[in-house]
Amino acid sequence: MKTTAESLTQPVPTTGESVLVRVQDIVKHFPVGAGLFGGQVVHAVDGVSFEIQAGETLGLVGESGSGKSTLGRVIVQLIPATSGSVFVEGKELTKLHGEKLRRVRQRMQMIFQDPYGSLNPRMTVGDIIGEPLRNFGLGGRRAVERAVQEVMRICGLNPNFVNRYPHEFSGGQRQRIGIARALVLRPTFIVADEPISALDVSIQAQIVNLLEDLQAQFHLTYLFIAHDLSVVRHLSDRIAVMYLGKIVELAPSREIYTKPLHPYTKALLSSIPVPDPDREAQRRPILLKGEIPSPVNPPTGCRFHTRCPIAKFPICAEEEPPLEVKTSGHWAACHFSDRVSAF
Amino acid sequence: MVKAVDGVSFEVAEGETVGIVGESGSGKSVTALSLLRLVPEPGRVVDGRVMFRSADVLKMDHEELREFRGSDVAMIFQDPMSSMNPVLRVGFQIEEAMDAHQRFSHKQAKERIVPMLETVRIPAAAQRAKDYPHQFSGGMRQRAMIAMGLSNEPSLIIADEPTTALDVTVQASIIELLRDLNRERGMAVILITHNLAVVASLCTRVIVMYAGRIVESGPTRQIFKNPQHPYTWSLLRSLPRVDELQHDRLLNIRGLPPDMTNLPAGCKFHPRCRFRVERCFREEPPLEDVDPGQQARCWVLMRNALKDEDHG
Repeated sequence: MKTTAESLTQPVPTTGESVLVRVQDIVKHFPVGAGLFGGQVVHAVDGVSFEIQAGETLGLVGESGSGKSTLGRVIVQLIPATSGSVFVEGKELTKLHGEKLRRVRQRMQMIFQDPYGSLNPRMTVGDIIGEPLRNFGLGGRRAVERAVQEVMRICGLNPNFVNRYPHEFSGGQRQRIGIARALVLRPTFIVADEPISALDVSIQAQIVNLLEDLQAQFHLTYLFIAHDLSVVRHLSDRIAVMYLGKIVELAPSREIYTKPLHPYTKALLSSIPVPDPDREAQRRPILLKGEIPSPVNPPTGCRFHTRCPIAKFPICAEEEPPLEVKTSGHWAACHFSDRVSAF
Repeated sequence: MVKAVDGVSFEVAEGETVGIVGESGSGKSVTALSLLRLVPEPGRVVDGRVMFRSADVLKMDHEELREFRGSDVAMIFQDPMSSMNPVLRVGFQIEEAMDAHQRFSHKQAKERIVPMLETVRIPAAAQRAKDYPHQFSGGMRQRAMIAMGLSNEPSLIIADEPTTALDVTVQASIIELLRDLNRERGMAVILITHNLAVVASLCTRVIVMYAGRIVESGPTRQIFKNPQHPYTWSLLRSLPRVDELQHDRLLNIRGLPPDMTNLPAGCKFHPRCRFRVERCFREEPPLEDVDPGQQARCWVLMRNALKDEDHG
């Protein structure tokens, strides 16, 4: 089923035609060890391409050092890419300037992990949520006030608390404030970076449900970044798995769970406990040898070969497997993806 | 005065694996610290008993307590870096743990360093023993910490969120390690966690805490299949599962985790409970047997709540 014409430099095609976001060959390197003999770089993101359909949720999972958060920040232009392009509604963001860039930026927002660190403690909740409107010069004082109160209501916050400060709210409510701030500009695309991982278990479901409701109500498109595959599985239509700066697999979320085609995905899925003692008695985690290598000096060939349970040499250590279509809509970057189901 | 933990009683058998589950403010960590008389100042255990075999921990003198903490029990924390000395080599710290107690001679202690690191599956153990803690990754540091705890052959491991800061693949290997230590060495494990899935994986018995109280306890399988407390029942339905085959909306548990400085009257969970009855507002239910080996602290119980729902 391999389509050889599709190389690594091409974006991952999707089945539909309503592409909202296209990420093409994104590379992000951070210099480390400045000084005379500096010049080493962290390969945080190293050639990533995919598309996000309007209205879908694309989940992006990976462990620490995978580059998932960096990628999210590059996509919303919080940090510049070293190379590569991001297209939103067909417009290349890196080529837009001034008013045109502002107009596109208005339509893409970000929700952060830490509802404590991402809200200015000296501003009232109303000012925090209304700030993007003022920054973009949208509406006078009264209009901003009305918009803020409405979006607070939508996000499950009491609009009467508009003059309170972030510390007066619980973690879950603070995350609602962060969501309200992202939503107030009526974006089409939201990047959510670990939005629930700092919250108590009983609060996580509230935020997950809120994100689902908002998506239905406002036809939002999400890039949902998390290390927790359980919540990514729950929220996402498709899932991309990252390892050391690369996407190793991208598929519909049900399929990635039932039929992973990359050994890293399979190991990752096998590592996740489920709240069911009977299932747990059956589950046999695939324990990976060693540790995730340094992104300063990633392994040659397939970056996973140093830990891969099915790597064959020399090919896996020498030749980097391209991310290619294995079955319809299911992409994987592995020389031996046909053997993944058997091990 | 805040009562972080209020009237908690439980037993752990030799070689048993028990999970204590709760959210922030549930009192699960304070419970664990109380077992070792490690509650930080100005906190203190104002009442109750902690028995280890036939000894009363709360009545031990300084020396007995030191020996108990160091060689009968191993405590493992979420952040191993804070429990290791950054300027001493890992091997030396393991040796020190043995030298501080009576079980092994100095010579034996020296000889045990590398085997201990091998027990926790640290590769190239002889070399790694010479490294400093910062040269270890998070997962390896957690293993080194377990090695230190195990060095005096304790009969109980208390692990407080041992995998919370770790990546999932690393988390899996630490859980497997704890499982093997329990099976192969017969060590009892008390696992303190917010993660019900990890409990399902490792523990044969579970204690669910809320607002400083045990609200439900029993055999893990029974609790997960047939929870009788609405908090347990709701938590299990609020979790996304990686093995879900259809998309069910997660159950919302309304409200917030309890504020321990301002607890409600009656059942502490009633403000968030969807099955509460009038009595729950006024009277706190006792922890009572609901099934063989299973206790719950609820006036309603899920078997009655669900029956009522079925009938309309």
